[in-house]
Amino acid sequence: MADQTLDAKGLNCPLPILRAKKALKDMATGQTLEIIATDPGSIPDFEAFCRTTGNQMLESKQDGNLYKFLIKRTA
Amino acid sequence: MANESQGVAGSSNARSMSIIVTKGSLDWAYPPFILATTAAAMGVDVTMFFTFYGLPLLLKKLDLQVTPLGNPAMKMPMMGMHMGMPNIVGMIPGVDAAASRMMKNLIKKKGVASIEDLREAAVESDVKMIACQMTMDLFEYDLKDMIGGIQLGGAATYMEGALKADINLYI
Repeated sequence: MADQTLDAKGLNCPLPILRAKKALKDMATGQTLEIIATDPGSIPDFEAFCRTTGNQMLESKQDGNLYKFLIKRTA
Repeated sequence: MANESQGVAGSSNARSMSIIVTKGSLDWAYPPFILATTAAAMGVDVTMFFTFYGLPLLLKKLDLQVTPLGNPAMKMPMMGMHMGMPNIVGMIPGVDAAASRMMKNLIKKKGVASIEDLREAAVESDVKMIACQMTMDLFEYDLKDMIGGIQLGGAATYMEGALKADINLYI
């Protein structure tokens, strides 16, 4: 279970990333953030976001029209 | 003090990016603000230098418009197709307003952020914004009509930071 969940459904680039960054900023290192998005572009974008910032992508999966990401704050 | 004297991006050890913002229409306002906010979210120091028609994007009150004139690539989804607009139609009074309204409706419907929201996000994430002093004089803008937290500067201010930046964009 994630420490926090971000509902990014219906949001388009770059809002899911901006909201996720905002949420991660207020979390402690080691905590996890679940993001639920409907923007297909969020798959490559969250991967790139994690690679660049050093936060860890624990899970990235598609569930129907939903894209779910689990990111651990490490940076 | 040290940060202030640096002017443009490059005040810390983080990677940095500068963007020269030269266009202020609704469509052209998106790329600089999307990239600036996203880069800031990825830990990049960002500086935006607003000059010529990009400068009004710093005004407190924005009323951005888009024009199909001279923009044959501008096609809007309509009745299941994509419709462009011949220049002669684009010249008719009211067409710009209609096209702007249509684009703003699409923006809202598709969950795309407004420029106002993106600009606010940029301010919140410490994106440095520099208003071109020469353009302020040329087009008679007043700093008091602009959002807070911006700096004034010129080409040398931009260059000092741009020389140290990892990415420099001209939009």
